[in-house]
Amino acid sequence: ADIISTVEFNHSGELLATGDKGGRVVIFQQEPENKSQLQCRGEYNVYSTFQSHEPEFDYLKSLEIEEKINKIRWLPQKNAAQFLLSTNDKTIKLWKISERDKRPEGYNLKEEDGRYRDPSTVTTLRVPVFRPMDLMVEASPRRVFANAHTYHINSISVNSDYETYLSADDLRVNLWHLEITDRSFNIVDIKPANMEELTEVITAAEFHPNQCNTFVYSSSKGTIRLCDMRESALCDKHSKLFEEPEDPSNRSFFSEIISSISDVKFSHNGRYMMTRDYLSVKIWDLNMESRPVETYQVHEYLRSKLCSLYENDCIFDKFECCWNGSDSVVMTGSYNNFFRMFDRGQKKDVTLEASRESSKPRAVLKPRKVCAGGKRKKDEISVDSLDFNKKILHTAWHPQENIIAVATTNNLYIFQDKLN
Amino acid sequence: EMEDKVVSPEKVEEAKLKARYPHLGSKPGGSDLLRKRLQKGQKYFDSGDYNMAKAKMKNKQLPTATTEKAEVTGDHIPTPQDLPQRKPSLVASKLAG
Repeated sequence: ADIISTVEFNHSGELLATGDKGGRVVIFQQEPENKSQLQCRGEYNVYSTFQSHEPEFDYLKSLEIEEKINKIRWLPQKNAAQFLLSTNDKTIKLWKISERDKRPEGYNLKEEDGRYRDPSTVTTLRVPVFRPMDLMVEASPRRVFANAHTYHINSISVNSDYETYLSADDLRVNLWHLEITDRSFNIVDIKPANMEELTEVITAAEFHPNQCNTFVYSSSKGTIRLCDMRESALCDKHSKLFEEPEDPSNRSFFSEIISSISDVKFSHNGRYMMTRDYLSVKIWDLNMESRPVETYQVHEYLRSKLCSLYENDCIFDKFECCWNGSDSVVMTGSYNNFFRMFDRGQKKDVTLEASRESSKPRAVLKPRKVCAGGKRKKDEISVDSLDFNKKILHTAWHPQENIIAVATTNNLYIFQDKLN
Repeated sequence: EMEDKVVSPEKVEEAKLKARYPHLGSKPGGSDLLRKRLQKGQKYFDSGDYNMAKAKMKNKQLPTATTEKAEVTGDHIPTPQDLPQRKPSLVASKLAG
């Protein structure tokens, strides 16, 4: 139940939300900067914890609906309160997180503990006043968006109009208005009339960061479709289709499986998008559909292990990816609690490890190296020693700072770059 | 231009898999695999049993909070939490023909 299933910074980076398999959301808040401390950036401490989703039962199909939080997305802040969307397989909820730091005291008819006073004992009148109290952070569900998905929801994405958002399951994408819970518009439907003809499913979807009419969705066959909602109400016909041509002579049993895109993310500037498939991260220029402009190998040494990775189901693991604030570096996770960063400008990459043994607080992370074959150098790890149960599927990058959140199975690591 | 005498590692892995599971279909991305994906992680339960167990628990005062998983016997009505996660039986294993 403690297995972290999603990690997301809010728009300012001050808050970091995690969702877990038990349906809980934990929000961390960055402490204000303390100039006297060595590390100038504040630490993240627990701010709020609440139960977002409970297990439910579909009585008609005799199925349990998992409470695991698949995704969390923050809304931009409009007032003192914070809002986020959290979703499990079937239901999306809008949560309001607000602070209370004062309470009224000095009621005439009530005691401080809430008991009512006998009116005959009231001899004077006083005006209740607000007195400071210990900070209390309250989370309350403001909207529940239910019953719009037959299949498992894999993505939610808030639109740049700050009024609508999309939710995607394996076969459909729906458009919601944040204020309206009893209606949802279906904007993509790839369900074939005959399920025997099903050849691909939707794996991720996201709205463009500043064009409110544009969104993309990725598929299990390695394609990305960009759709324009101005073209038609139902965006089954794409505006652009991004697909890298495959060399047919290289095709194998595994080709389609490892080409399945597990995550798609627009760059902050809206000019590029990044996709993650099983072995690589690809950067696409939105103006070029024919092939990605950059490809980064995450763990190419696994190509010669595909047989066992298929047998233990690891080949179906869904890794996420993320951009840094300036779109110059991208990051994604791997196995053995390793995660990888690729510096696009400097053409450098690094493998780091998130584990208690390999890092003490304040220590600089040591780059790791995997030995694919042949003679293993000291400090290198051979492919066969990798722990495939230690997977880093979820990572997030602070929107402005070089602070990253990395989730191993049960733990959340927060790293920042070394300041002088 | 070098002649491609080396078989790609992917093809080597494919040969390994086919050797272990000869009846494996040639279309891995076909609808069987996808339908298995669509139904992933589904836990079946009996709503009648579950509701009876809930009602029984409400009436009975439970003296100890039993956190250990009780052995599911004939006179203990299982709740979804007691049941081990079942693999869906309606969908054929991906390795079956």
